[in-house]
Amino acid sequence: MAIIIDENTRVLVQGATGNQGRFHIRQMLAYGTKIVGGTSPGKAGQEVEGVPVYDNVFAAMEDHQVDASCLFIPAAGARDAAFEAIESGVRVVVIITEHIPVQDEIQIMAFARQKGATVIGPNTFGIVSSGRCKIGIPPNQFFIPGPVGVVARSGTLTYEIVGNLTANGIGQSTVAGLGGDRVVGLSFVDVLQRFEKDPETKAVVLVGEIGGNQEEEAARYIKKMTKPVVAYIAGKSAPPGKRMGHAGAIIERGKGTYQGKIEALSEAGASVATLPFEVPGIIKNLLG
Amino acid sequence: MKLFEYMGKELFAGYGLAVPRGSMATGPDEAASVAAGIGGEVVVKSQILSGKRGKGGGIKFASDPAQARQAAAAILGSTVQGLKVEMVLVEEKLSIDRELYLAITVDGSARKPVLIASASGGMDIEEVPEEDIVKYYIDPFIGLAPYAAREITRRLGLSGNQAKEMHGLLPTLYKIFLEKDAELVEINPLVISGDRLVAADAKVTIDDEALFRQQSLPRVEERTVAEKKAHALGLSYVELEGNIAVMANGAGITMGTLDTLQHYGGRPANFLDAGGGTGMEGTAKALEILLETNPRVILINIFGGITRCDDVANALVKVKNEIGIPVPVVIRLVGTNEEIGVGILKENGFEAYRSMSEAAAKAVEIANKN
Repeated sequence: MAIIIDENTRVLVQGATGNQGRFHIRQMLAYGTKIVGGTSPGKAGQEVEGVPVYDNVFAAMEDHQVDASCLFIPAAGARDAAFEAIESGVRVVVIITEHIPVQDEIQIMAFARQKGATVIGPNTFGIVSSGRCKIGIPPNQFFIPGPVGVVARSGTLTYEIVGNLTANGIGQSTVAGLGGDRVVGLSFVDVLQRFEKDPETKAVVLVGEIGGNQEEEAARYIKKMTKPVVAYIAGKSAPPGKRMGHAGAIIERGKGTYQGKIEALSEAGASVATLPFEVPGIIKNLLG
Repeated sequence: MKLFEYMGKELFAGYGLAVPRGSMATGPDEAASVAAGIGGEVVVKSQILSGKRGKGGGIKFASDPAQARQAAAAILGSTVQGLKVEMVLVEEKLSIDRELYLAITVDGSARKPVLIASASGGMDIEEVPEEDIVKYYIDPFIGLAPYAAREITRRLGLSGNQAKEMHGLLPTLYKIFLEKDAELVEINPLVISGDRLVAADAKVTIDDEALFRQQSLPRVEERTVAEKKAHALGLSYVELEGNIAVMANGAGITMGTLDTLQHYGGRPANFLDAGGGTGMEGTAKALEILLETNPRVILINIFGGITRCDDVANALVKVKNEIGIPVPVVIRLVGTNEEIGVGILKENGFEAYRSMSEAAAKAVEIANKN
């Protein structure tokens, strides 16, 4: 098993010929991802690392079955690109792009819901099914297959925690990036539900941060879970009212505080790490 | 981007919503003349980007132009809620029958805009009990339809002409929210004065990410000098109050670094997410910004796979040699070629580590010395 993606997932890269697109196509192919094509308006017939480029998603899907797409599209054009993927019938849409206007994000999620598509992100590093498929940008070397599911709002911090787990010989089943924005596709609860059902996942690491109420919602579901959850929440030192990098990382009017999240998660039975490097130790104890 | 009250009211007026008669003033004489033009009692309101103006003496009533002059003189140039007041809005004092609360904002969890309304206006919405709040989630494909406006109005207990006004106001509010790419449009209080519904206050926050397509809106700068500089370089920067300057690659890891420093007894001076760019120029500029906060020590935390650590190390060494870094630098470097990178740094007098906890502890030690 694996959640959402696996070794058979056929991926289309939207925005394949820009710097980001090219670089990450190379990295994803090296990881073993099945990239069937790329899109870039006006560049049909070109190739990137041997991957055929099409003018748009519709054209690519005339030639290939596409299960997921990965968007390296600038913010101003991201909504249109996401709409196209969703309308074409792509089931999983991974939006790497940061700085997408929130109204656009709202519309993308509404359309995705209408069409039954799963959006991952925006402003995410993507998703990795260890040893099988990587859609997005996390560095290849930190992941090894294993029993821990990881779901996170942030990127580099997650690589740090995953790298730490790997260094301690604890591998990962799937690592999913929800993204740092306020309105995102998959939420903690969505991923936790899938981890709970996944036979490969024995424990879950949840990497959260201040802002919003995703962690509090997750806590309600964690109460019902049979698998143990270890949480690390970043932003204990963040002052209220300030956006800490991510659009969604802001404490507003007393909501989205570190304290509130920690309390909710602890009450729900999650183990809460005070510092990121404590996570592997706690997981080791839980897995026995 | 937060708009000042007077800007929000101008926006509302442009869409046909009722706002109190009034004008801006930047001096006491001007305030007096605006008050004279309005006639009768007026309210003099500081224009600052803070919600709690009344508590800091930022709102004063005046019954004639002379009093308005005095009120303006007292408020202008003073500091309210830590913010210097440079402008006041002088408005007619409304005769208030009732005060409502109305706002449209983004609900992240629902992934939709949400309209929040309450018959308990004029107070902190956070203090209003749940059962007195009307919440309506707006489907982006339907908008705020007439039937929804009628139902919300009914639940607020409005009838007759007041209800009719509200039926028109609600969809207009959503129109503003949508067309101006707002994250928040709040009217607290929405005053019922006879049959009129008047926006006695206006809090509008525009989505920063949408400013590129909102060219006609005024620009309001809330950032500090350093935050502005960083933003212009494409860096995410927040000023804090400590003496350990921090730079990392990624928002989450930067927050994690600050948390770790605090845990060890240190006080971060700032949040700086340098993102993926660690080339020579970018690094130099970022360090410049950090040095301007006069820190005791700089902590750099780079965790990467794509990031080449020898590149980062060489960039830092170059900056040190060409510009000089007058403050101790502790750097934690993990990624491709990390051993080479750490080696280069140590040879050049940097405190270099591969462990985040060791680097953070060292930075705190240096900062807390004497």
